[in-house]
Order: sequence, then structure tokens, then C-alpha cells
Amino acid sequence: MNQEFKKETFRDDYTFFNSPESIRRFPFPFWEDKYMYSVNIEPHTKGPAGSVFEFPIDINEHYVSEMQDRAIVLKEDPLRCQALPHMMLAQWDFLELIMTSMARDYPQWFSLKTEGDHWHWINKPLNIDQKFVFGDVSTLPYEPMEYIGRQCQGDFSIQDQRDGQLWIDAGIITTQADWSLDFDVGMNFMEWHGPVPLAHDMKVFDRALKFLLNLQLDQPVRRLNWTMTINPRLDTSPENYNKWGKDRTTVTPENVGDKVHLRVELQALWRLPRSNAILFSIRGYLIKMRELVTVPKWGRRMHRVLKTLPQELIDYKGITRYRDTTLDWLSKYDDGAPTSQGGGAD
Amino acid sequence: MLIEGIKSRPQYPGLVADPHANHHVFAADGDGAQAIIDLFNRHGAQIKGRVTIVYAETDANSADYTTRLKQLPVEFVHALPTIVTAIRRLQGVLNVARMGTRIYAAGTETLIGLAVQLSQELGMDPQAVLTEHRGTLARRVQCVHCKGFTENVKTNIVKCAHCGTNLLVRDHYSKRLAAFQGVCVDAEIPGELPEIVEVFK
Ligand code: HEM
Repeated sequence: MNQEFKKETFRDDYTFFNSPESIRRFPFPFWEDKYMYSVNIEPHTKGPAGSVFEFPIDINEHYVSEMQDRAIVLKEDPLRCQALPHMMLAQWDFLELIMTSMARDYPQWFSLKTEGDHWHWINKPLNIDQKFVFGDVSTLPYEPMEYIGRQCQGDFSIQDQRDGQLWIDAGIITTQADWSLDFDVGMNFMEWHGPVPLAHDMKVFDRALKFLLNLQLDQPVRRLNWTMTINPRLDTSPENYNKWGKDRTTVTPENVGDKVHLRVELQALWRLPRSNAILFSIRGYLIKMRELVTVPKWGRRMHRVLKTLPQELIDYKGITRYRDTTLDWLSKYDDGAPTSQGGGAD
Repeated sequence: MLIEGIKSRPQYPGLVADPHANHHVFAADGDGAQAIIDLFNRHGAQIKGRVTIVYAETDANSADYTTRLKQLPVEFVHALPTIVTAIRRLQGVLNVARMGTRIYAAGTETLIGLAVQLSQELGMDPQAVLTEHRGTLARRVQCVHCKGFTENVKTNIVKCAHCGTNLLVRDHYSKRLAAFQGVCVDAEIPGELPEIVEVFK
């Protein structure tokens, strides 16, 4: 059963890599040769078979190993998973959404049987077989958000909606691009986005918040966000920045292809039925520069985007130290040919 | 002036009297006492019912302030030696507070932050705390690595009082923690520190 899932690491010896199929379905985030923040929100509707948009929750070849990495993070730092007391109903909403999606879309791996509040969940890849009572925390080994969060790829946060604001009052965040759940818990939409440059003045957050406050049940939306990471490291948290920060100084012309990764977050947002909270999924995809340039259009475009990226974004995303080395390497893959619009591989 | 444009940082619009409250609980430190005195001069007539002041005598002239606070129409002035002891006393006062209590906080960002945090922990609406900033801009900083707090930080870079990491003091502020975020400043090249300057005076 488990041979569909790769055995690999996201720390220490970093054995992670993408299969050719996984490269082909990579959600390349740049639809033109430059990049700037925008309110890039679209309906989270079904995409082509095999694409990362085929199902609301995407499970891929990295599933089992990513879940193992999450377990390590949570063992070392329980504060990566937190929920304020009033979020219990939203936690159950979240568990229901994930279990029903995974069981419906991947019946070969997951199954969910419900009889009233008596639920039976089977997760074959992780060897889990759990009967529990929906709504009764004492029947699960963890609180619902942590329970299902340990079995689903992607980070998740849950936002309470009150006083015309969204409040990040719960989350399970182990693979973040340098922000701290422990620090941000309890903040509102404007506060937790405080450190982002330029976008506040562009009114990106005013418009995004207004949109989200009106998010409707059964009409989830999505957007892509991206950054770059040295080594295929999932846990690029500020908590551990003193451990991974120095990796940024290790990039050389010889190792760019293997060390420098584009890290794309497929972010989706759902209104939750009982709690009226909003679920935010941050499903991360890593791709090495060497893998990325196997798609000629992506190689060209990555070079051009990185070359023209505003300095504020370069600094904010932490790319400053290795940008020039990466640009030099990528320039070999940019012959100046025109690129077509959209992120697709052509 | 506080630095503007930091979105996560709270605003301190200044004290105003709540004419509907029947118990007014003030927390203050240092020059924050003057904000209370000013409020009574401005709106004293609208402050009806019980008045309780918890005051941290953190400055050289604090004893004078305590004397002046006691001359206001107050039920009691709790004078405490430090912010930490004042917040502890505030908790005692609020634990037995009834409906109709209004909380005011005046003074340093640390005092205000801790009073707001306390009110939130006690299940009150933190946004209902009336605030006025007076005195130092020194920051309370949480180390994102060991989670320890370092008090009274005046410089852009500070050594964490707990784990010793050299922290860059960010502008990111958490009301829940009543602290700014400190992140290892020399993680990328250990030992390479920018110039250390006093910026929060
Ligand atoms: C409600 C769910 C959301 C949550 C919990 C969330 C959370 C975050 C967090 C924690 C950060 C990092 C901030 C830091 O540096 O500390 C961030 C960055 C950002 N967010 Fe959101 N966000 C949400 C929705 C959105 C939406 C709908 C937009 C739409 C425009 C958006 C746009 C951005 C942008 C542009 C950045 C900067 C990313 C970068 O350059 O890497 N966010 N978000």
C-alpha cells in the first residue's frame, strides 16, 4: 500500500525530491514574467484530473513523509498547534470537512462511515483506524484540529469572525514561511498581516478582508502565494530560524539547482457551517530549481520574475543573500524567448 | 511620538471618562499618573461611583505622584514598587470587580499592554480598556526562540535575558502576549551584528 508514498526527509539529509509526475503538476504561481501582490482570489473549483486543483484537499506522493515531519515538529514544540477555548465547534467543523473530502476523493486510502454521531475513520497510509463520537473530544486521542491536522498535508488556521474582523484563534502550523502561530494567535486580519510590505498601502488587505467576511458556505476560494527556501525544509519557522537561517549563506553556483527551492502555497478558504468560522489551508509545494527548469517556460519565467522582483519583496521573503547566485544560474535557462500567459507548462 | 504605520501595534487614543461606569479602575506607572490627574481635571464631574487606582512607582518622582493621586476623589490608591507587582494587584482588584466596572490604563506601553492582556485573560473585552501612553517607549520583547520575555528594551538589538540569543526587536506586536517579537539577528552569519543603537527612548 505504502509504495505510492515516497519515503523521504525534509531535514538533516534532505532526501526529498519530486517525481516527474509531481513536477508536471506543480502549481507554478507566475502567470506573467513579473510579480507583485494583488487580490488574487478565485473560486476553489475542481481542476483537471491529476492537477493539484482536482480535489479540494490535495494528497500527493509526499503525504506520509510530510506527516512524519509534522509529528517531529509537534513533539519538539507543542505550541505549533493551538486553539483558543471558543474554537472547539470550529475544530469539529474542520475535522468534518477534511475527513469527508479525503474519504470522498481518495477512497483507496481513506474511509469514513457515520451513523449519527458515531463515526468510523480509516486512514490506511498512516495505519489509523479510529471510532469516535463526533462532538465528544474525549473519544479522540487529540483535540479534533490536531487529530485531523496530523493526517492532512498542509498547514491550517481557523479564523473566528466577529466585530467585522477575522481573528486567527486556532491553527496547526508546522511548515510555515517564517511566521509564528504562537505569536499571532488572537490577532486580527490586519494585525497578523502587519509585517507584509507594500500590500497594506495597495489596499490589498482591505479588499481581501471585505471579500472574506462575505465568504459563503460551499463556495470556497483559493489563491497562490510563494517564497523561496534553501534545502527542502518544511519547518522554516521563526522559532527555529536560528537553526535554518545560516542555510541561506550556503548557496554556491555549483549547488543552486539542488539547494534553492521555489515554495508555493496553495491557500484555500472555506466558510465553516456550524461555527461560521473561516478555515484557511496553506498547502505547500516545494520544487528544486533543477526540477523547475525541466519545464522551459518555467525556467525562463522564474529568471525574469526574480530579476524584476521589487526589493521590498526580496527582503521580506528572505531571498536577498542568494538572489544573485540564483539569477546567474537561471540565466542559462532564459533564452529571451517570449512566454505565454498563465502558469501552465505549455 | 510612537512610530506610526505598524499595523499590529495598538493605538492609545487617550483617556476619556466613562459616565456610565459605577466603578473606575485605573492602572498606571510613572508619568501615567499625570494622565489620570489630567483626566480628572478635564472630566472629573463625569466620573461617578467608586474610583480605585493601582499605581506602579517606577520613576524618581513617583512618590510625589502617589501623593497627588491620593488627593483625587478616590476610594483607594494602591502604590506598588514595580509594574509586575502592580499588575498582580490589579488582578486582585479586578477579580472582585462587578458589572459596571471600567478599566483605564495609562503610562508605558508595557504597563498598558499587561493591563489589556490581564483584562482579556479575565474574560473582559480588551478593546474596552481606555488607554493613554505616557513616558518611555522602551519595549517588552518576547524571544521567538525560547519564548522568554525581556523587559525595558531600548535598543534595536537586545540579548535575550533567558537564552542569550541576540534578538532583533521587530515592530510586530502581540496583544495576547503584551510584547514585541524578538528574532535572532545573526542566524545567517553568527556573530555578525548590525550597529546597536538606542531607538526606543
Ligand atoms: C484568512 C486567512 C489568512 C491567514 C491566516 C493569513 C496569514 C498570513 C500570514 C501569517 C502571513 C505572514 C505575515 C508575516 O510576515 O508575519 C501572510 C502573508 C501574506 N498574506 Fe495572508 N493570510 C490569510 C489570507 C490572505 C488573503 C485572502 C490574502 C489576499 C490577498 C493574503 C495576502 C497575503 C500576502 C500578499 C502576504 C505576503 C506573502 C509573501 O510575500 O510571502 N492573505 N498571511
